[in-house]
Amino acid sequence: MALSGLQIYKLLPQTNCKECGFPTCLAFAMKLAQKGTELAKCPYVTDETRVALDAAAAPPIRLVTVGTGERAFAVGNETVLFRHEKTFVHQTALLVRVHDDDADLVEAAKLAAGYAVERVGMTLTLDGLVIENRSGAAATFAKAVAAVHEACPGAPLVLKSDDPAAIEGALGVVGAERPLIHAATAANWQAMAALATKHTCPLAIRADSLDGLAELSAQVTGAGVEDLVVDPATQGLRDGLALATLLRRLALKKNLRALGYPIIAFAGREAVEGEAVLATAAIAKYASIVVLDHIDPALFYPLITLRQNIYTDPQKPIQVEPKLYQVGVPTADSPLLITTNFSLTYFSVSGEVESSGKPCWLLVADADGQSVLTSWAAGKFDALKIAKTVKDSGVEQQLSHHKLIIPGHVASLSGECEEELPGWEIMVGPRDAVDIPSYLKTVWSPS
Amino acid sequence: MTLGATGDGGTRTSTVTVGGEATLPFLQFEGAMPLKPAVAAEIVDIYPEDWSPALLAVWGDEARDPAAWAAKAVAAGAELLALKLRGCHPDQGDHGPAEAVAAVKAVLGAVGVPLIVYGPGVADKDNEVLVAVAEATKGERIALANCTDKNYRTIVAGALGNGHVVVGQTPIDVNLAKQLNILISDMGLSLDRVLLDPTTGALGYGIEYSYSVMERLRLAALMGDSMTQQPMICTVGEESWRQKESRSPDGVPPEWGDFATRAVIWEIATAVTLLQSGADIVVLRHPAAIDRVKQAIDELMTGAVPEALAVSSPAV
Repeated sequence: MALSGLQIYKLLPQTNCKECGFPTCLAFAMKLAQKGTELAKCPYVTDETRVALDAAAAPPIRLVTVGTGERAFAVGNETVLFRHEKTFVHQTALLVRVHDDDADLVEAAKLAAGYAVERVGMTLTLDGLVIENRSGAAATFAKAVAAVHEACPGAPLVLKSDDPAAIEGALGVVGAERPLIHAATAANWQAMAALATKHTCPLAIRADSLDGLAELSAQVTGAGVEDLVVDPATQGLRDGLALATLLRRLALKKNLRALGYPIIAFAGREAVEGEAVLATAAIAKYASIVVLDHIDPALFYPLITLRQNIYTDPQKPIQVEPKLYQVGVPTADSPLLITTNFSLTYFSVSGEVESSGKPCWLLVADADGQSVLTSWAAGKFDALKIAKTVKDSGVEQQLSHHKLIIPGHVASLSGECEEELPGWEIMVGPRDAVDIPSYLKTVWSPS
Repeated sequence: MTLGATGDGGTRTSTVTVGGEATLPFLQFEGAMPLKPAVAAEIVDIYPEDWSPALLAVWGDEARDPAAWAAKAVAAGAELLALKLRGCHPDQGDHGPAEAVAAVKAVLGAVGVPLIVYGPGVADKDNEVLVAVAEATKGERIALANCTDKNYRTIVAGALGNGHVVVGQTPIDVNLAKQLNILISDMGLSLDRVLLDPTTGALGYGIEYSYSVMERLRLAALMGDSMTQQPMICTVGEESWRQKESRSPDGVPPEWGDFATRAVIWEIATAVTLLQSGADIVVLRHPAAIDRVKQAIDELMTGAVPEALAVSSPAV
């Protein structure tokens, strides 16, 4: 939590020596609070002050990077409890767990690491792999890690074993790839912390209580590890939600550094639907890393979609690409509707058109991602824009008719639109998307 | 608030009471959540031909008869039912009040759980059939839906005179929700007879808007704003099963995975997300989702991990 100018002033020598270039210590403090200068300009600042100011400047939830190169992912740095307060910033990393004693290990890892799906014009993927030392044998683990690393180059890894010897062996293979070590516990933290320090890797700490996590956090940071991930080791939905909420609140509202780290949650369950429940709950509330056990696209796709939805910046609505869309398989006689490129507007309209059962041409105008009413009020969805969109789209060649249905909210534009689009008939559609099906049924006719 | 009545004209054998939260959803370590959210099943008065093949297959021939469907839905675990009077829609049969009442009575006769009755969604027809239903079921404490800024006078009057409750629906906006509640309460319907439907966006289709508006409504309620303190209802089934992800077994990318699994997870994920942002009633469509979401609610309420959900060391 940032300090105020006055709080900083109290930590300064208060001698007004002017050597920093400012007339008084207070002026210097005020500038520091605005991040307009550097503490190093004060030659007399104490180490104590430096530590206090550094701590205050650090984000309440540390940003932790796992992996290296293009596919590395970063989690943490969150600043709010509710996305409507500002936005969530670093989306949940979705990982898949494989086991070192599984005969199909490499195949499973490849499926998960190679998964990619298109959604709203973006290619979405999973973020990496957890390799678990289920065999309990260090040699098996090192071999498995090497095999997965070779088969899935670049995929961020989590090395999961409570045995420091197994982790050490695996780090011998992928120590330079910045894998997340999972996990330091009360029983093994010294050895795990030493390994994390030696290889500059992030380290997960696991305990089943907040107190236990705070204590471990103090121990491993004391041993020099800075990049931590916390595993509250919960297995049920209720405790998982409670602990994740408490961790986020303690970090943000109480500025509790010891617990200000991203959370990892294991969602594995026997039934894929049960796993979906746990993973959904974890994405919706505060997990920065969610680990799945089922290798099933029918699970991946909904979760990747949910993550994209929850981590959308509420102040920057998702836009859809402004272009001509086909709903169903429209023909030359099918209706042509126009709307704006605010994603929710587009989805409402296309959803209703689809449920009407009537194939349509849906023209989406570039209105800066705003809804019909908002963009109309801002002058971004006017007759000129509508006419230009129609002309640029080339839709005219696709149609046997010259009829354009505009949203009911901009009924007042119909006259101007007819002027801008000579030869076209402008029809005023319903104000609400939900009334589109009955409109298409009762009002629309191509002739 | 309570739906369904067992006496004074009510013939239900069970009722559903929701609300009463003193904290954010399921955070019982810091405040009371005395009642668990309820799971409703959506049924329709006419055969819903355009529903996803996954739904039509699982409900079978029972979906051709509202009473049989109701019984099957209750057997599948539904704690209450949402009957949609689609047959009254001018384009889908244009049934009149008499047929609407007959369908509602058939369902009431077949099952003992409380009922939410949805009009066809066309303002004039909603008024006509919902008022007839309200009068014919006096004392049953059914929920009349939807009550919007366009028709609230008629619907609220129907609820007031016959001992029912209403579902007030507004489009994903805190202030519009409050405004409708003010209009409803100004007519004399007490606010413990109002369910709030903030409009549901399905996973992938605006769920983040519902999630955030519901969180804002619940936070305002906890701060003491009486016009946001109504239990919330989400039409999860209708929205999630409308999407291509739940309707199309073929002709979609293989990355979407197995159709049956994906479609049910789509509904489950939508429901679980909105339960976490404050839903008190979720209206679902698929029996597997009803089962799974009920288990999730039980687990969120009690912390117990049901045997079937126990953490395993799964094979991949």
